[in-house]
Amino acid sequence: MSTYSVSDATAAAAPRAAITLADLSGSYGVGLAASLVWLAFGLSCLYWPDVGDWSRTGSLGIGAIVVAAFILFGTFSADYLGGAGQALRKRAPWLVAFGAFVTLWEVATAKFAWLPLPFFPPPQSILEVYTDDLPKLLDSVFASIKLQLGGYIIGATVGFITGVSIGWSQKIGYWVHPVLRFIGPLPATAWLPIAFFTFPSSWSASTFLIALATGFPVTVLTWSGVASVSSAYYDVARTLGAKPSFLVLKVAIPAALPHVFVGLFMGLGSSFAVLVVAEMIGVKAGLGWYLQWAQGWAAYANMYAALIVMSLLCSGAITLLFRTRDRLLVWQKGVVKW
Amino acid sequence: MVVQSAAEAITYPAVGAELDIEGISHAFDIDGATLPVLDNVNLAIAPGEFVALLGPSGCGKSTLLRLVAGLEKPRAGTLREDEVRISGPHPSRVVVFQDPTLFPWRTVWDNVALGLEAQGILKAQRHRVDDVIELVGLSSFRNAYPHQLSGGMAQRVALARALVNDPKILVLDEPLGKLDSLTRIAMQSELVALWQRKGFTTLLVTHDVEEALVLANRVIVLSDRPARIKADIAVARPYPRHRGDPYLAELRKQILGLLGLEATW
Ligand SMILES: Nc1ncnc2c1ncn2[C@@H]1O[C@H](COP(=O)(O)OP(=O)(O)OP(=O)(O)O)[C@@H](O)[C@H]1O
Ligand SMILES: [Mg+2]
Repeated sequence: MSTYSVSDATAAAAPRAAITLADLSGSYGVGLAASLVWLAFGLSCLYWPDVGDWSRTGSLGIGAIVVAAFILFGTFSADYLGGAGQALRKRAPWLVAFGAFVTLWEVATAKFAWLPLPFFPPPQSILEVYTDDLPKLLDSVFASIKLQLGGYIIGATVGFITGVSIGWSQKIGYWVHPVLRFIGPLPATAWLPIAFFTFPSSWSASTFLIALATGFPVTVLTWSGVASVSSAYYDVARTLGAKPSFLVLKVAIPAALPHVFVGLFMGLGSSFAVLVVAEMIGVKAGLGWYLQWAQGWAAYANMYAALIVMSLLCSGAITLLFRTRDRLLVWQKGVVKW
Repeated sequence: MVVQSAAEAITYPAVGAELDIEGISHAFDIDGATLPVLDNVNLAIAPGEFVALLGPSGCGKSTLLRLVAGLEKPRAGTLREDEVRISGPHPSRVVVFQDPTLFPWRTVWDNVALGLEAQGILKAQRHRVDDVIELVGLSSFRNAYPHQLSGGMAQRVALARALVNDPKILVLDEPLGKLDSLTRIAMQSELVALWQRKGFTTLLVTHDVEEALVLANRVIVLSDRPARIKADIAVARPYPRHRGDPYLAELRKQILGLLGLEATW
């Protein structure tokens, strides 16, 4: 669901035959600049000698030049590339900024060592991690995803059902509410030491902790969502012959869904924190463990590499959640675009 | 007390139910104090009759309708539908509320289908939903969400949502209140036509004396809160009625007088 402004749409509708000077400073100019910056990055890799011993400098330089060529090609044929062309045009300023950033990073680390070296590894050493340490990194990624997904789904499901129950039934609320107030606000990580020796495995302990971190916000927001449904909706449904199950499933839950998604979002954030801590302390797998391991060996490039992957995964998870929400809540106006 | 008016020549299809309101009193507790809202209201409505309720704002009209719908229990008195005591909501008595209260997460079509879906008969009866949407003139908006509708369109959806259930008693709480005057007049004729065709018993609350006179067999004027029946006026005129009819104008004057507004007529 990308949005185009009117000028974008007309530009796409009428491909121009010739490139004028005005175009060079306008829509093509930024793309051209991006291409040049990436070329500069590639040349900076290849031109100066490295101050240290890195095996991927050459590949990185050539890769950057290939990227520059792609940007150049994309910029001048954007009108014929449809959606991809438009996307490139929209992101061209970012490509300039990012290219400039990596160039500076390259020069400041690998070439002149302006930044203290072991702590600030150059881009090629991170590339080296991705190529040479890939199997271990992938194993860690899968371990993290498995743990996170299991705990999150359990926590979200239990939280949702609990929230609906206490929002709907005062009797259940009477018993669950005090427990929720007592246990919920405790940071899930506070359970770590207990969880690791009461659960049969560190994996089940971590799953429990992630579920706990997810479950609390989901429960509270689902509950408040269900409790705040206007009684007028129930009146309408009841006069039309709705039974209690219909009132819960077709009135209370859809009406509460916007709140539920806020809870799911908050639960995702706090469960990431628990995941990383649990992996660092108890589970001998996953990105958190990888970070810990890299730190033990003073392998700073590995740490940065893992951090980048972790950030992409977390961001991806949130994107996925927001996409799901946008699809389920099309009826709402003005939802935040992530 | 049931008035057989000039409309008696019309034989109603036997769909409408009889509605008996006997000695109904109701009150609300607000901040520990009791607010009496209805005071010994007695009203017998014959099957297929069209009754309009008129009364000052806040006198208890909507409350009476909630009792008829079975959404609340009266503090005293009984309500009967076809001799059966009303103890809860039932789809044979459908209410169009003062506020359209469409479900924002459902499209127009799904909102209208609500009653059939709740009763578990939607699968076999989908065409009824299409027909009634057509009837209120919203076919091109069937897939729109409520936030994409105007206030008047939302009211029409609410009306369609009620009509699709083929109620025996249709309870209307100012259903045309938010419509512009042209749509309003058109919808009034639609309502009369529908009522004549289907024969359901209708209980309509309105603020508009003229609307009451154009639509109803019988106009009930309520007093200030707590509401009591002040007058029960038969409107013995055939349909379609004309707004300029001197007989109706005379009644209008009389009713405005009862509402304490004689100077404004
Ligand atoms: N749920 C409630 N709790 C407490 N008081 C209520 C409740 N519902 C209605 N009332 C009170 O009962 C009185 C009658 O309300 P009602 O909604 O029946 O008026 P109405 O005749 O429909 O007015 P209007 O024409 O403005 O819609 C009002 O004074 C209102 O404050
Ligand atoms: Mg009212």
